[in-house]
Amino acid sequence: MLLGAVYALISVGLTLIWGMMNVLNFAHGEFVTLGMFTAFLAFSFWHTGPLVFIPLAAIVLFVIGQVVYYALIRDVMRGPMFAQVLATFGLLLFIRYMLFWIFSPNYRTLPSTLLGGTAHIDGLYVSYPKLIAALVAIALTAAVYYLLVRTQIGSQMLAVAEDREAARLMGIDPDRVQALAWGISAACAGVAGALLATFYYISPEVGGTFVLFAFVAVTLGGFGSVPGAMLAGPIIGVVQVATGYYTSPQFAEIAVFTLFILVLWLRPQGLLGRSIGGT
Amino acid sequence: MTRPRLTLIVCALALVVYPFIMTSTFGQRVGVLVLLAALSGTAWNIVGGYAEQVSIGHAVFYGIGAYVPLLFYTQTKGNPVLMIPFAMALAALVALCIGIPTFRLRGHYFSMATLALGELFLLGVTITPALGGASGLSGPVEQNPWELSMRSPLPYYYVLLVALALMIGLVAWLERNRVGYYLRAIQSSERAARSLGVPVYRYKLIALMISAACTALAGSFYALFVGFVNPDSVFGLLVSVQMVIVATLGGAGTLYGPLLGAVILVPTQEWANATFGGGGTGLSYVVYGAVIMVLTRFEPGGLLGLWNRLRFRAAASA
Repeated sequence: MLLGAVYALISVGLTLIWGMMNVLNFAHGEFVTLGMFTAFLAFSFWHTGPLVFIPLAAIVLFVIGQVVYYALIRDVMRGPMFAQVLATFGLLLFIRYMLFWIFSPNYRTLPSTLLGGTAHIDGLYVSYPKLIAALVAIALTAAVYYLLVRTQIGSQMLAVAEDREAARLMGIDPDRVQALAWGISAACAGVAGALLATFYYISPEVGGTFVLFAFVAVTLGGFGSVPGAMLAGPIIGVVQVATGYYTSPQFAEIAVFTLFILVLWLRPQGLLGRSIGGT
Repeated sequence: MTRPRLTLIVCALALVVYPFIMTSTFGQRVGVLVLLAALSGTAWNIVGGYAEQVSIGHAVFYGIGAYVPLLFYTQTKGNPVLMIPFAMALAALVALCIGIPTFRLRGHYFSMATLALGELFLLGVTITPALGGASGLSGPVEQNPWELSMRSPLPYYYVLLVALALMIGLVAWLERNRVGYYLRAIQSSERAARSLGVPVYRYKLIALMISAACTALAGSFYALFVGFVNPDSVFGLLVSVQMVIVATLGGAGTLYGPLLGAVILVPTQEWANATFGGGGTGLSYVVYGAVIMVLTRFEPGGLLGLWNRLRFRAAASA
């Protein structure tokens, strides 16, 4: 359930890119992994705590997101659809195995003393790292939503999403706005990674597991819908935990994917998404 | 004789004599892997390239093709080769069941659905003890040509070459047929195609079924060549993605694109594995990922697209 809030944060980044540019970012999970490794490195070199490495992960990933947009996505977007699929998949392989090469596939963890302890709320025992991760994730997701609906940058983003050319005529630089969206998207994933690092193992492949759930959350919530992602993340978390609890963990994944296919089939626009123009 | 035809004959000859030039087992093995990748890439191309319905779940069909013959063999000790047509038919049937709901979705939505279905099959096979669970199934161990169980890669190479020639022939025929025209129409604009009276849904289903049966054939050959399958090696996401990459690298929606992609990609991969050490470091995947990014960034039409452009430019300047 608390993990659901982190799923929501990961999904928000994914849905932002999807909704704005109709680009499916397979490498999003790798951004999460990069966030985890940023936290790991910051801790091992400077022994900094989460107060430092979470913002650091946001900054690092924001820059990476911008670089990826300018170096790769901007030009690939003009190509056919399978080129986009391939490009982000190439990025996935590149980042994942680069980390593999540098850090070896070993699992790493941050020391649990960093943020240890268990909170006792109303008969429930919750570990502090998970609780804090959930709270920060909820706050950030809300902040991104606020940014989109209430600020000038947000309305510029929506304008570019609506009609790139019209936005250009209105004096908005679509490239700058879309790069910003990639930066924010990657930063969300990076922060989610840094949060996860406080209680989850770190390995080059770990992002893959999260991103599949994020895809499900995005579909469930409705592509491009930030509130949808906020709602769907916790739902996925509950389904996963409940199935894992009542049957075996293997069935948890199966349940999530079955849910995914059912949603795609019955309501492809998601819970809160707009209609996608009938078939 | 026109020049394209001459090029074609030269390429075909090169494929036929290749094992005589590369006499080492390693070289011939790479040859077999190239042909396997070309087979599955060509099969994917039917629906993914021509109609641009980007499936990322073709491993489902590949896995069915790989599992059915070996399952038959482990259960009955019967000849696994006999089961290949059955596997192809089963894959086509599964394709129909998958296609009916998923083809209501378009673009990325379709890709996502196929991705999820692929993962479901992977998980499903992994937890089914009758299919060998996570450890998989093994094929015939005796040297028996009728069971396609041989030590040298050479016979496999020629069997695959014939299969590839037949499949390319089939695709060439489809290209010139109503199916091919309709698929191209769907690719350029599904809505326009529908308004012109193309039965879009039905033709997408037909294309997927043909594509699935061909993919299953490639899977069967893979299983018999390697003699062993497990869920990850045939149902894994990378299996699906390799088909997409092979086809797109060479040129999606072109007849020889997948073959060209396989000829370039597989040896690069094997070379990278041999040079940087396949185990552990994963540096070969870094190279692989970089190649894909550079290609899609600068030439989304694939290498055949690049080739055509260069030729066009040469013709224009001449």
